[in-house]
Amino acid sequence: MSDVRQTVAEPQTGGAAPAAAVQATDGAREERRLGWMLCAPAVIVMLLVTAYPIIYAIYLSLKRYDLRFPQDSKFIGLQNYATVLKSSYWWHALLVTMLIMVISVAIEFVLGMGLALVMHRTLFGRGSVRTAILVPYGIVTIAAGFGWQYAWTPGQGYLQHLTGGTPLVHTFQAIALIILAEIWKTTPFMALLLMAGLALVPDDLLNAARVDGASAWQRFTTIMLPLMKPAILVALLFRSLDAFRIFDNIYALTNGSHNTGSVSILGYDNLFTALNLGIGSAISVLIFICVAIIAFIFIRLFGTATPGSDLGGRA
Amino acid sequence: MAATGAQKSGWGIANLAVIAWALFPVWWLVSLSFKVPANIATDGGSFWPTQWTLENYRGIFKLGEFVHALVNSIGIAVISTVIAVALATMAAYAIARLRFPGKGLLIGMALLIAMFPQISLVSPLFSIERGLHLFNTWPGLIIPYMTFSLPLGIYVLSAFFREIPWDLEKAAKMDGATPAQAFRQVIAPLAMPGIFTTAILIFIFCWNDFLFSISLTSTTASRTVPAELGFFTGLSSFQTPTGAIAAAAVVITVPIIIFVLFFQRRIVAGLTSGAVKG
Repeated sequence: MSDVRQTVAEPQTGGAAPAAAVQATDGAREERRLGWMLCAPAVIVMLLVTAYPIIYAIYLSLKRYDLRFPQDSKFIGLQNYATVLKSSYWWHALLVTMLIMVISVAIEFVLGMGLALVMHRTLFGRGSVRTAILVPYGIVTIAAGFGWQYAWTPGQGYLQHLTGGTPLVHTFQAIALIILAEIWKTTPFMALLLMAGLALVPDDLLNAARVDGASAWQRFTTIMLPLMKPAILVALLFRSLDAFRIFDNIYALTNGSHNTGSVSILGYDNLFTALNLGIGSAISVLIFICVAIIAFIFIRLFGTATPGSDLGGRA
Repeated sequence: MAATGAQKSGWGIANLAVIAWALFPVWWLVSLSFKVPANIATDGGSFWPTQWTLENYRGIFKLGEFVHALVNSIGIAVISTVIAVALATMAAYAIARLRFPGKGLLIGMALLIAMFPQISLVSPLFSIERGLHLFNTWPGLIIPYMTFSLPLGIYVLSAFFREIPWDLEKAAKMDGATPAQAFRQVIAPLAMPGIFTTAILIFIFCWNDFLFSISLTSTTASRTVPAELGFFTGLSSFQTPTGAIAAAAVVITVPIIIFVLFFQRRIVAGLTSGAVKG
């Protein structure tokens, strides 16, 4: 209808058409300018506080720079990297970090999925469950970490009898307890992301499958999981990279002693205990590279399902 | 789909198990903070103090360090939140509403920073902040906090902004409002719930930080409570700092519990909207 009216009206307003076109591009230009202006502060802050320091870290990592002997600092090329990569401390910390990342994310995924199903399925008490699991999410990590440390301490802890002795001085037991603390703290986050994914699974489809005789497990694996894939990938990506930079829980539970330090703990110790800015920066850059590799693997494996590309596609 | 009685009680038990798993460790920490310091080491980890006392709380509030740290925590987290929310609101509005080249780049950059390992920035920031005399000051912590909360803010807010009825904006523009006026007078009020939710999430993020605070501060001039907890161990005058740390942990957990109790629906919506819808 409106098309018809427009064509009819056109001859009369024909003279004004070029002016309207100019106005439209003006509008587009205005919109573009406003877009840039609105984003500029955020972009400038993010560049100044992350991009510039990481470049500076690369520069520092190429220097011999011990804070105790600042006058002795000098450009030494890749020597700091060689020192770190030849050190067994680095490889051990990397191994511990990967171990914590893989095990805790795997367990969190299973528990988080169960928790998401519980919250999704129950009508009675859903609110109280959701409120309860937000407490571990919200609690300050280092405070919860001290709570766990005391819980395992003989004499005063409520969990002391589970292990009998001092579990935090044995490497493997201590790592297991670090993973436990990490799981307790972050499973709620995983569960909430997965629950949002569950909400996207239509009930009709599940009921139809049930009528067709699909078991609960079949419905879960053939309908729910594929439909939830984007939510699952986002949750796994975020949690993996978050687990890789684990620091607080280790600091509170063992402070990295008894070979339980992660790469973040190693970097921190080199900077603030050894006061070696050069080596510390080299470790910083190596951790950055590790995270980039993990993110790259996720994005290559899952392609368009990554959050950034999804947002870009929809925006 | 009527659930049978057995199913109902099954889910009920699952619910109770989840609640217990989530709250027991926290409750134990609370009970620890009310125990008499001298008894803590030998009381076998009971969930109910045999003798209740406020001694631990009185102790930490008498410590100048803790009160300073609490003031620092509140001030730094609030200022960081306000700035981050302001910057994120502008950027998220542009992302959700406007067409302009470079949008994809901005989103990619935010994603990159969301996944950035903070420890990688600690050594350069330590060095830069010492040079600029920002080390051990409030701005020295506010700057990294607001930066690292920007991606979260941009994601959550742009998801919220996409849900707003934009026809109202068109109507405002037809009435002669410029895009900037439409933003200020029509959209901003509609966006307030989303902005508020984002502010809570960002506040929790800043409140929680430990690594930046222990790395970029050296005295109580700017050290926040999480970092102060890490230092309690050595310099406390108590027999054991356990009760004091437990009390301090409870004090900094209380605001978060209050947020959670009052705004749980919004917090859940905020946490999930950014991730699932894009």
